[in-house]
Amino acid sequence: MTEPGSARAQGGERPTLAFRIALAQRAGGIVSPFFTALLAFFMGGLVVLFVTGKNPLSTYEAIFKGTGLNWLLPWETCAHPCSAALSLQQTLIQFTALALTGVAVAFAFRCGLFNIGGQGQYIVGTVAAVQMGIWFQGLPSALHILLAAGAAALAGALWGGIAGVLKATVGAHEVISTIMLNWIALWVASYLVTFGGPMQDPAAGTEAVSRPISEGAQLPLLWGSRLLQGLHVGLFVALAALLVYWLVLNRTTLGYEVRAVGFNPEAAAYGGIDVAKSYFLAMAISGAFAGLAGAMDILGWRPRLDLTFVQGYSQIAFIGIAVALLGRNTAVGIFFAGLLFAALRTGSSTRNLDPEVFRPELANNLTEIIQGLIILLVGAETLVLYLLKSGRRLRRRGET
Amino acid sequence: MTVDAGTARRRLAGRRLFTTRLLAIAGIVLGAVAFWIALPPLTTRTVAAPIAIGIVAVACGIWAASRKERRLGWGAAASGVLGIVFGVLATRAAADHLEAVVTWSSLVSLALVYATPLTFAAIGGMFSERSGVVNIGLEGMMLMGAFFGAWGADVTGSWMGGLLLGILSGGLLALVHAFFSIHLRADQIVSGTAVIFLAYGITGYLYNDIYGDAGTPGDLAAVPDIDLSWLGSLPPHDLGGFLESSIGQVSLLTILALALVVLSSAFMFKTSLGLRIRACGEHPRAADTAGINVYGARYASVVMSGILASLGGVYLSIGFNHSFTEKMTSGRGFIALAALIFGNWRPSGALAAALLFGFSTALAPELENVESWAVYGTLFQSLPYLLTLIAVAGVIGRTVPPAAVGRPYVKQ
Repeated sequence: MTEPGSARAQGGERPTLAFRIALAQRAGGIVSPFFTALLAFFMGGLVVLFVTGKNPLSTYEAIFKGTGLNWLLPWETCAHPCSAALSLQQTLIQFTALALTGVAVAFAFRCGLFNIGGQGQYIVGTVAAVQMGIWFQGLPSALHILLAAGAAALAGALWGGIAGVLKATVGAHEVISTIMLNWIALWVASYLVTFGGPMQDPAAGTEAVSRPISEGAQLPLLWGSRLLQGLHVGLFVALAALLVYWLVLNRTTLGYEVRAVGFNPEAAAYGGIDVAKSYFLAMAISGAFAGLAGAMDILGWRPRLDLTFVQGYSQIAFIGIAVALLGRNTAVGIFFAGLLFAALRTGSSTRNLDPEVFRPELANNLTEIIQGLIILLVGAETLVLYLLKSGRRLRRRGET
Repeated sequence: MTVDAGTARRRLAGRRLFTTRLLAIAGIVLGAVAFWIALPPLTTRTVAAPIAIGIVAVACGIWAASRKERRLGWGAAASGVLGIVFGVLATRAAADHLEAVVTWSSLVSLALVYATPLTFAAIGGMFSERSGVVNIGLEGMMLMGAFFGAWGADVTGSWMGGLLLGILSGGLLALVHAFFSIHLRADQIVSGTAVIFLAYGITGYLYNDIYGDAGTPGDLAAVPDIDLSWLGSLPPHDLGGFLESSIGQVSLLTILALALVVLSSAFMFKTSLGLRIRACGEHPRAADTAGINVYGARYASVVMSGILASLGGVYLSIGFNHSFTEKMTSGRGFIALAALIFGNWRPSGALAAALLFGFSTALAPELENVESWAVYGTLFQSLPYLLTLIAVAGVIGRTVPPAAVGRPYVKQ
């Protein structure tokens, strides 16, 4: 048996195939996340079967129909206006935010930090985007969008940076500080838009809603119409973010340092890397991605900030955690995991799920259970690796 | 006897460090005083008083911060600034409104109410973390206790049934966390987060399925209150009256929480079982070598933490609110975790921290009653979270977590 390290030494500059396979298997490869998702869905199906007595397959089929992904199937025909197309637009809108928050969580993860604060960073991002969208009326559209998105990313970076600074200077655990920052952001944003708050729209009476952003600050649409919440160009921002994520991590000094700290902070410090700086930067960049997700939602399809959005709807960054974990913190993985969760969310939403088959408010919670199972199983990669390893050991015993 | 120069210098430095620290602590206290004097019973009306005291506090803080006592020093400076801001605001508010806000007896009783679930969960967290397993999932275990407590009380018609079912559910969820973090050696933080999501999903699912829009029934069996109104006859009269109106009616679970502080403290630090649990959290290999069953101790401790955390949840649903709503724990599990750290992984410290957070939670809605502050109502809701953040940032580094906490143990 050869150690991966010795294989590398023999192979020189280019790692050998054996080394790469060993590395992939050590990380669980693509098999284990796939297996994990499947297992989670299976267990979710058991829940459906035993708790409600409904047929899990027809439930999943209804959820699938609700996602609009059937629009892509060649044999599906669709009348005009096509409801499958509308659902698919919703799925892709969700994907935009989920991919961005997933990248946010993953970036911090690569530095060994668990950023549960995506939610707070997302909320301050929406606040900044709305405020910038309201100010600077009459600015050229492209400039206005850039300004609003930039401000949102900056706000998110600051919010995440607080946790980073606390971690780097006094060693406060980022999980606790980011959770607290989530709640602070939630209540501050709620205050801003409730009646009497500085951002509340006087024209809306006592309703807790901000003024809408100016038309010029709204993102152009790719597909569908503004009235029916069409798909906006934020999709490309999300895809670009995935690319940037990969580039920064794998092709820059910053990314190298972040990963080194993530692997082993003591060794990184010994190697001359400023660990405190890496912690701060990782949290700030992570926050910037989450803030950008907030900007995309505000500039793309939700031009005003209201209380239900702040307090209820926006669980988006929490799902980002599951996206990052299932995607194993890789760009490609986040892409697929983001798509999966976006589909799950849209498919089980009140609007899209056929209530005859399954009650949507239950399906929402089913999605949450599946999400919990996925995180649980992903966290326990030893389980999968143990199975893989014991299989290999058996085979080896057969050879000798 | 001669003392060499080095020792003398070190002694001197030690004494100077001590005075600096003392001054910094005095600064923190002064910051609080700056706010306090503007409140009843003193109700200072001059703006100058809180400003003057606050400035002294800031000065103390900066002086200490410039002499290597950074954390406490800046804490004192921040406390001084906050004292000035709130003190000045309070002096500008009408005095009779302040009376309405700051009725100390109601604040104390509410602080106890809010501190109870935190105390349960924090002590639960102590069991888990002392044995070497981080338990982020306290939030989820509380939520399970809250839902199954309410459901159990509804189904069995008695609060005892609710309590039993509640702690059973919390214990089971903790068992999942224990299995994944001990046997499968999953990242304990990830596993804890997963457990929270599971609890969100399970309780939300069952709540919507069983109760739906109507909510839990209004006549849920509730955990009884203990009548302590005889305290009112205690001399002196003022004290007796204060005690009667603040803690004359206390929930059974609050009493249990206070008893638990003493009991768990004795268990953890005075018994051999407690010593074994702590050994597993400090140096599992040594504990294993000494013949302690590390896995067993960790399993028992994590399940215990789930049981205690769910007791806090039971209190929330059938001890205090008399209903269940989705995600009603709203971050209390995390605040409990902060209280645990703040209290240096000790029950008494956790209780003190829980009382502090409970007090700030109780104060938040009261502050809305101040006429000119009503607009900021929603903003005050963030007060306990802000305080937790400051507390965690301020004390961490001074506290010592169990050495092996968060690290899975591999038996050899």
